[in-house]
Amino acid sequence: MQIQTLVWLIPFPPLLAFFLIWLFANRSKALSHTLAIVLMAVSWLISLYVFLSAFATEHFGKDVFASSVPWLPTGGSTLNMGVLVDPLTAAMLFFVPLTCLLIFIYSVGYHNFGQRLDAHDVQGAGSPAHNGVEPMYSRFFAFLSLFAFGMLLLVVADNLLMLFVGWEVMGLCSYLLIGFWHGRNYDDPKKITPRQAAVKAFMTTRVGDVLMMLGIVYLYFQTGTLSFREILYNEEVLHHLATTPSYVVGLSVAGLVGLLLFAGAVGKSAQFPLHVWLPDAMEGPTPVSAMIHAATMVSAGVYAMARMFPLLSAGWHEGGPLTPPMMAMGIIGSFTALFASTIAVSQRDVKKVLAYSTISQLGYMIAALGIGAYVAAAFHLITHAFFKALLFLGSGSVIHGVEHGMHHSHEHIDPQDMFNMGGLRKKMPVTFWTFLIGGFALSGFPFITAGFWSKDEILADAFANGPLVFWVLALSALLTGFYTMRQISLTFLGEPRTESAEHASESPWTITTPLVILSFFAIVAGWVGIPAAFPGLGQFVSSIRLGVLPFNFFHEFVGGTLLEQPEALPFDPFPLAASIVVGLGGLTLGWLVYGWKPLKSGQADPLAKPLGPIYTLLENKYYFDELYDFLFVRSTRWFSEVVVYQVMDKLIIDGVLHTVARVAYAAGNFFKGAEKYTINDPPDYLAKFTQWIGGSFRVIQTGRVQNYLLIVMLVAIAFGGVYYLMLSGWVK
Amino acid sequence: MVPLNWYLILAAALFCIGLFGVLARRNAVAILMGIELMMNAVIINLVAFWRYLQPTQITGQVFAVIVFAVAAAEVSVGLALIISIYRRRNSVVAEEMNLMKW
Repeated sequence: MQIQTLVWLIPFPPLLAFFLIWLFANRSKALSHTLAIVLMAVSWLISLYVFLSAFATEHFGKDVFASSVPWLPTGGSTLNMGVLVDPLTAAMLFFVPLTCLLIFIYSVGYHNFGQRLDAHDVQGAGSPAHNGVEPMYSRFFAFLSLFAFGMLLLVVADNLLMLFVGWEVMGLCSYLLIGFWHGRNYDDPKKITPRQAAVKAFMTTRVGDVLMMLGIVYLYFQTGTLSFREILYNEEVLHHLATTPSYVVGLSVAGLVGLLLFAGAVGKSAQFPLHVWLPDAMEGPTPVSAMIHAATMVSAGVYAMARMFPLLSAGWHEGGPLTPPMMAMGIIGSFTALFASTIAVSQRDVKKVLAYSTISQLGYMIAALGIGAYVAAAFHLITHAFFKALLFLGSGSVIHGVEHGMHHSHEHIDPQDMFNMGGLRKKMPVTFWTFLIGGFALSGFPFITAGFWSKDEILADAFANGPLVFWVLALSALLTGFYTMRQISLTFLGEPRTESAEHASESPWTITTPLVILSFFAIVAGWVGIPAAFPGLGQFVSSIRLGVLPFNFFHEFVGGTLLEQPEALPFDPFPLAASIVVGLGGLTLGWLVYGWKPLKSGQADPLAKPLGPIYTLLENKYYFDELYDFLFVRSTRWFSEVVVYQVMDKLIIDGVLHTVARVAYAAGNFFKGAEKYTINDPPDYLAKFTQWIGGSFRVIQTGRVQNYLLIVMLVAIAFGGVYYLMLSGWVK
Repeated sequence: MVPLNWYLILAAALFCIGLFGVLARRNAVAILMGIELMMNAVIINLVAFWRYLQPTQITGQVFAVIVFAVAAAEVSVGLALIISIYRRRNSVVAEEMNLMKW
């Protein structure tokens, strides 16, 4: 079979799984998860084969796997549907199906497969206090499969329209999955419920999606095609786009399209100012959080930006002034990275810390793309997917363990609050060690972990191209180390702070196996990107050959995606030292504050006192939810209530309609009267007259033959008489 | 020879007697008898006209014979009807035969 045909097949097994579960298998929980996992594994194997084939091809960047068929003929041109595997896609194909598959397996354990259905459990309630199997188990796997389909479609798409289709499929699935426990309610009215979180996520990302769609339409309008190959790998088209002025003064077409596409990525990858949906999306089940926040949806935004990088940077050359989209990405990305990591410092919810950390790391990648560090961004995207999936799944395992403890202790506590944990190191050793690896990778523990290499590469690029971005990113890296250590200390170190934590137990193998596999990649995935210029180690790993490429193939491999292979940076000790210092420094600071003297039960966060009002500000996420609530939600409600409902609807539209109705009613009444006297009444009177005549003549119809005969005789005599008179000449 | 008018006057008288019977009698049998008289008056007329106006042709006699046959058939049907009604209603009074009256 040709490799192009195989690429076509990658997204479809999960879609098949979705339909099979939805239509046939939903009554059997075991059959549902088997279908989902097996078909996902098929997808993974095909992807792996495609990745390895790509890997074995020399100069793969010039000789990509691509095929397309006509899809929508639109008058003069035709929209093609096609697949494209270039080095960037191949790298995505390595980690996306793999993490998806691990998350699928993890979900089996997370939803307590094998336990009895809890008698008190209702659909969508998400019962933390009981350990029964999830009632909507099959539905969960169906949704996950559809989600995986959306992501894989987006990855292999060779044009923006197909990418957008996958993008929106994921938007829908994220809505369905965040609101999966739709029946859940909280006592605290300020705490957002899964229903509200789902709507919030959907609406917020929609803002970006609409702008992105405008960008796609504008691009199509300008070039007549949406194919990546025809736009991104064509110097003439890029040059034309970069030099044609657009509607907006001072922006070229490439600039405007780039900014609009970036708006889509801002929504999807939860960048400031559309970041608000992602922390609330934590209301979904934890595998969903891992799926959305690690492997798939949020990285889709960064992937789309990396994919469109030649367009975004059209007109830019190394060392030259940045294009407007790159400028926007650099500013928003680095601001988001710092901003989100400050919030993460004060969060109590184990998953929310990770959510803000994700926002911050995505900001890193966006900022890296903004300063032109294309390969570093793609590299961080992949390492981040591994260690963040690991951290989310680990936190899910922690929550699962604490919920199990709650089942014993009959306490009513929030199982996600880190201040209710502590001491889980001994209760859940596998989770602890894997979480530790993930956390160290996130904070960039030097030389070993994947996060260090990718983050170091971004920092080195930033130092060379945008010193301000470098300092902001370095500061947020310091905070990353700090909040990661805070999270690890609060969760795993010290003594249990509640009885539930005391009774927590290790999760089943379906949960721990994915953790172990992911922690392997959270370390190893970084080694493939060790810069060749790195003293000692660089030369060593470059000398190991894997087929046509060296062991640290990432830069050469992914860099080949671009028309002009980016130059590897010369070695510079300062950013390296900085990334070691901030990574280790953050971890050490965190250890000093939280790990040195573990918190006792009921003790407040030691940061709360010295930081004072700043801590409250951080804890409330800079009041962005409240601000948006005031700016958008309330004003929209006011607008709909007063302007739309009271004025436009009741006054204007209803007024016009009522007037029309009254006029029509009066006219109808008039015509009704006219009709009565002209058309209706005369036939009625005619009928009555006829009836009257008939009634009058009825009496002569006696029914007696003799009477009739008598009349006949009399008439005959009368006629006879007349005849006789006429014959006689008396009557003329 | 007796003139034609005499025959015609006899036939007219006979017809009027029959007509009176038909119109005035209540008994259905009597009405039927009246009809017979009227029929006979007609036959007298036919035969008389034949004899006096066209004695060379046979048509008048044939016509008379046909009327006899019709009269016999009519009487048999009429009597059968009357007997049938009498069996059901125990009466031969014409006015009481009003089953199909409105």
